[in-house]
Amino acid sequence: MTLALSGKDITKKIEKKFPGCVAEAAAESLLVKGEALSEVAAYLKNTPGLDFDYLTAVSGVDYLDYFEVVYHLTSIKHNHSLVLKARCYNRENPALPSVVSLWRTADFQEREIYDLLGISFTGHPNLKRIALWDGFEGHPLRKDFL
Amino acid sequence: MAMQMLPPDWPGNFWAHWAIFAVAVLVFVLLMVIVFIWFERRAMAVMQARLGPNRAGPFGLLQSVADALKILIKEDIIPARGDKVVHWLAPVVAFVPVLLVFAVVPFRGGALLADLNIGILYIVAISSVTTVGVFMAGWASNNKYSTLGAMRQVASVVSYEIPVVLSLVGVILLAGSLSMQQIVAAQDIPFILLQPLGFLLFFTGALAEINRAPFDLTEADSELVAGYMTEYSGMKFGLFFLAEYGEALAISAIVTTIFLGGWRGPVLPDWLWFLVKVFIVFFVIVWVRTTVPRLRIDQLMALAWKFLFPLALLNLLITAIEILVWPAASLWVFVPINIAIAIVLVVLWSRFFKLGWGKVEV
Amino acid sequence: MTTQTREVVVNTEPFVVNFGPAHPSTHGVFRMRMTLDGEVIVDMEPVFGYLHRGIEKLAEERTYTQVIPLTDRLDYLASMNNNLAYCLAVEKLAGIAVPERAEYIRVIIAELQRIASHLCAVGFFLNDCGAFMTPVLYMLRERERILDLFDMVCGQRLTYNYMRVGGVSQDFPDEFIPAVAKFIGEMPGWLDEYERLLKENEILLARAKGVGILPRDLAINIGASGPVLRASGVPWDIRKADPYSIYDRFEFDVPVGLAGDCYDRYRVRVEEMRQSLRILRQAIKDLPGGEVRSQVPHLIRPPAGEAYGHLEGPRGELGFYLVSDGSIAPYRFHVRAPTFINLTALSDMMRGWKVADAIIVFGSIDICMGEVDR
Repeated sequence: MTLALSGKDITKKIEKKFPGCVAEAAAESLLVKGEALSEVAAYLKNTPGLDFDYLTAVSGVDYLDYFEVVYHLTSIKHNHSLVLKARCYNRENPALPSVVSLWRTADFQEREIYDLLGISFTGHPNLKRIALWDGFEGHPLRKDFL
Repeated sequence: MAMQMLPPDWPGNFWAHWAIFAVAVLVFVLLMVIVFIWFERRAMAVMQARLGPNRAGPFGLLQSVADALKILIKEDIIPARGDKVVHWLAPVVAFVPVLLVFAVVPFRGGALLADLNIGILYIVAISSVTTVGVFMAGWASNNKYSTLGAMRQVASVVSYEIPVVLSLVGVILLAGSLSMQQIVAAQDIPFILLQPLGFLLFFTGALAEINRAPFDLTEADSELVAGYMTEYSGMKFGLFFLAEYGEALAISAIVTTIFLGGWRGPVLPDWLWFLVKVFIVFFVIVWVRTTVPRLRIDQLMALAWKFLFPLALLNLLITAIEILVWPAASLWVFVPINIAIAIVLVVLWSRFFKLGWGKVEV
Repeated sequence: MTTQTREVVVNTEPFVVNFGPAHPSTHGVFRMRMTLDGEVIVDMEPVFGYLHRGIEKLAEERTYTQVIPLTDRLDYLASMNNNLAYCLAVEKLAGIAVPERAEYIRVIIAELQRIASHLCAVGFFLNDCGAFMTPVLYMLRERERILDLFDMVCGQRLTYNYMRVGGVSQDFPDEFIPAVAKFIGEMPGWLDEYERLLKENEILLARAKGVGILPRDLAINIGASGPVLRASGVPWDIRKADPYSIYDRFEFDVPVGLAGDCYDRYRVRVEEMRQSLRILRQAIKDLPGGEVRSQVPHLIRPPAGEAYGHLEGPRGELGFYLVSDGSIAPYRFHVRAPTFINLTALSDMMRGWKVADAIIVFGSIDICMGEVDR
């Protein structure tokens, strides 16, 4: 069975390396601050013992006060998983660092989140719309779209 | 140019004789092409566990006629920026040589349109003109897909001419003449038994020349839509289609004449033997198409140059040696020898030559 | 007289060709912008979105049960698996248990669906290789028998809407299990027949072996899953790694390839069909009685929270990320589409190969545009 790691356990390890980056550590997920996302993600991928080499899914959710991007991480080597979240509170121009350099999976998935929710990912090499055509205005998955 | 002597009971002079026969050959070719299209569709269907056309006429026999009528009434679309004259000429240049080949094919004992004493040379020369038509089509369509398809076609035809012609030379050595009539007359033992390797080489090469599977990458509709025919519609497309089946018929007729003994056979009338043999050869062609996947262009060229060409040279060498060294021996002696040599060579050569998993440097 | 040597340089420049969106062999509406240098592919950019229907947004306005028919239309060649994955996600979210018989029924249906989907995938892959239509038609003949079985169960042949939250919608009719047993008895014979014609076929080996290699590390890095990942040498199968439903009770192997080329992907799919038959034999033997759906209210209101439910579909790991705010409709419905993610490496796999190989590589990934575009 894939062991779903608890956010609280990971917090201890991360707080030592990157103090102050964890915003909230719940039993099933780990919320980090937007600015610290790249470093925490790199740490989670490269640390032996954690080895999260497989990014299962990237999803974006629109909670009206903020946008949340959820990363489901899995380690094929150790067969454990973790849910990593990051929020951005800016409604007009939400932005988060991109994790494409770590996991190429995020290439199309971040483009889709940009297309449908409007969250920009800094550092993404090809941030274009993917499902809708280039001239489309608006971001349909936002709660205030229709 | 030697001319056939008129049998005494034919009315009129030579030109009337020629006109009637020319029309007869043309009608025969076009009719047989229609029948071949139906035959192929039914045979392929049976091998693919389905029915094939069975609605238009009894057993679907009128299906090809219905298709031909449909094609005739379709709008003729010409690409706006293509070369219009070349676009119009290309199907003509591609189709006419196919008809011309049938002038030298002996349909029955003593019946053929022109008994040229250079029959085989004529066939080889004329059938290459089709390629010019194909390239004209690809060029004039002003379409990247068509140009790519046409270029592939030219490359493959040029590559396969050589093994084809070399395997024909083996037959010519045995028959002692280039004339198709003489070749049939010389086949007391059908040449397929005397030249098994030559037959295999010729058959494979001919399949590539007429762009049938497994060498049909110019019309692979899983790749470049219809290749050089993409921009053609209406009767021009119909002409290309007819040309393809016409070539298949021509190859079947040539294989029958050169390797299977033409119209010769024991019990049945000779024209019936000819038809039966042509159908059998065509059935094998359809069978190969239904069974085997398709080769890529560089694999196709590698097959021609590295596999067929050396084998063709060896075949020629062995045949020449046999004829020179034992000119008086009965030909039956050579049958088992040649079959054994063919098997050994093919098996040995396949060990050395693989189609190259993946990238093949040509 | 002096002789001069002149170097003749032939100028070539790459040109851009569009494959699709309407093309006979891009399975579905998919466009590839290829930069070609003669016949060799220098670069490739996939463009899709032609089948985008906004399923994720539509699901936010439907109740949890009404979303199930929407999931059918995602990967329409393997609809039962879509339904199942979604129901797993909702059951995880709401904490609903599933009765024994329903679990067995789900496994039987999912494995039958896997065989049907792989038959389609393998058949059309061989069609792309050029074996004109013969393998496709033989395999579609077998697929018809599976579709007839599904017709017997739920009345539908393509978009089934059969699974429900808490079980399945209706029980098997009496003639179903004997029909499945008959199918399982005959199918290995058919698989052997296809293998005899194709496994060692020289032309197929020449077209597919060594073509479109996906290296192991790249496969993990792009998040590939399903036969694409396993053919590259990674033995990761959700049915074994994170067993859902009752898969831990069945004995089966997970075929893993060595080279990660098109030929390995084809072989992995054929072997998976055999393993599915193995699971089916065990499942039919042990099928218990009982009800097929637990008591679930008509309008399901899961407690506020989130859940990620996934399963091993024929094309890869199909997952649903659901966020609930306590109401009768999901707050967020996100599909982890395996073929969408597998496409990430397509340009890497095609670079340096010829146009004819591009079609084969594309066919070997086995995509379904309904899932890529959603």
